Amino acid sequence: MNLFELESVTFRALRDVTAELPAGATCVWGPSGAGKSTLLRLLNRLADPERGRVLFRGRDARELDPLSLRRTAVLVQQLPAPVPGTVEANVTYGARLLGRDVDVARLLEHVALRAACRDRDAKQLSVGEQQRVMLARALALEPEALLLDEPTSSLDAAARDQIERTLEHFRNDLGMSLVLVTHDRAQAERLAEHFVELERGRVTAAA
Amino acid sequence: MIGWGQVAASLALVAVAIVLSFLRGVRIENEIAWAVLRSFVQLLALGYVIKAIFDARNAAYVVPVLAVMTVFGAITARNRAPGVPHAFPVLLASLAVAVTATIGLALAVGAIHATSRALIPIGGMVIGQAMVASALALSRLEFEIGSASNEIEARLSLGATWRQAVDPILRRSLTAGMLNTIDSTKTAGIVAIPGTTVGMLLGGAAPLDAIRLQLILFYLLVGATAIVVVLASSAAARFFFTDAHQLRDPAARTGHVANIPL
Repeated sequence: MNLFELESVTFRALRDVTAELPAGATCVWGPSGAGKSTLLRLLNRLADPERGRVLFRGRDARELDPLSLRRTAVLVQQLPAPVPGTVEANVTYGARLLGRDVDVARLLEHVALRAACRDRDAKQLSVGEQQRVMLARALALEPEALLLDEPTSSLDAAARDQIERTLEHFRNDLGMSLVLVTHDRAQAERLAEHFVELERGRVTAAA
Repeated sequence: MIGWGQVAASLALVAVAIVLSFLRGVRIENEIAWAVLRSFVQLLALGYVIKAIFDARNAAYVVPVLAVMTVFGAITARNRAPGVPHAFPVLLASLAVAVTATIGLALAVGAIHATSRALIPIGGMVIGQAMVASALALSRLEFEIGSASNEIEARLSLGATWRQAVDPILRRSLTAGMLNTIDSTKTAGIVAIPGTTVGMLLGGAAPLDAIRLQLILFYLLVGATAIVVVLASSAAARFFFTDAHQLRDPAARTGHVANIPL
């Protein structure tokens, strides 16, 4: 069964999009303005389509509890959006809502951040470090899938490679599915085995 | 006794304002004239209404007067926060609860008397202050939600409910709504002599009588402000979200009726 399916979805830039996103790593690729980020927001139910349906594991997303869906398939936005407070407060945010304990040190290690960062103000970190805190925060929810919106767009090559290795680790060792939005074709090929290509809101290729 | 001649004489200062506006090219002469004309007509009308109610010696007439003030207060406050969905009903209900609760409590503990002479001016002051506070709170809420939408959606995307997602922003709006009243209460007697005290002293009241009433009024205003700000902000915040805990698109928040200029 597919992780996600879109059936004739129309919403903002997206026009009558039908696509299957299997478990594993899927890359949604396309130029700016193609509707890639909009598609991720629909998968996370931050918005609902004007027409058509989004299915998660075969069930209409509208019939699912949105909060539970968001914890199962966690969105990491393109721009880091830390909540006010320390790195630790950010990493534990979602898990604390559920009353769960979090091994912060282990999560920071997963995203290649030094343990000494945990008490720093998250907003004082570099954008690349903030992006990794956002990844650790998503990971703390132990999701089935990560929905990643251009996760390396604000990073230099070294940091990008580090994040890509982390994502491969999530996928290969933790069995997590990834839906990755990028306009970087080479990155798409490095990280994903399934592809959906969008252009001007329409699917132009899928594999 | 103050005669119409004295009122007319005080218009000399309005003429000064108009001349200054003209000379400095501020170009608000028409607005000044219009404001003066409106204040004359509105206050004269209010004077006759209050006189009729006082003459009737029936405190029940206070209710429709305060109700009309509450409706206009809600319209005025709504116009300050045009992007807040369903702002008018939210403000109307919040103002009504705040005024009823504060005046009701003041009556119950005997802090004010159940006469039209006490209830109309005090009710009017409470409504006026609550209107300003709720307008500040809602306009701040609108601004904060707009500028922190990324942060709010980040919380939502981690499984937060709409309330958990908006709560930190809501606190900023509550502070904004409350600060004005707290500041004027804190600085009373040092920075300015409050209006009620001035009015009573000019009317010949004993200074300590004036101060006692002023203190009661300040405490009523603090209570009314807190109630209206908490109720209006909390209720309005809900309408920024869908039932599925989604932050509404700004373009989809157009549930309010057109502005009514006041």
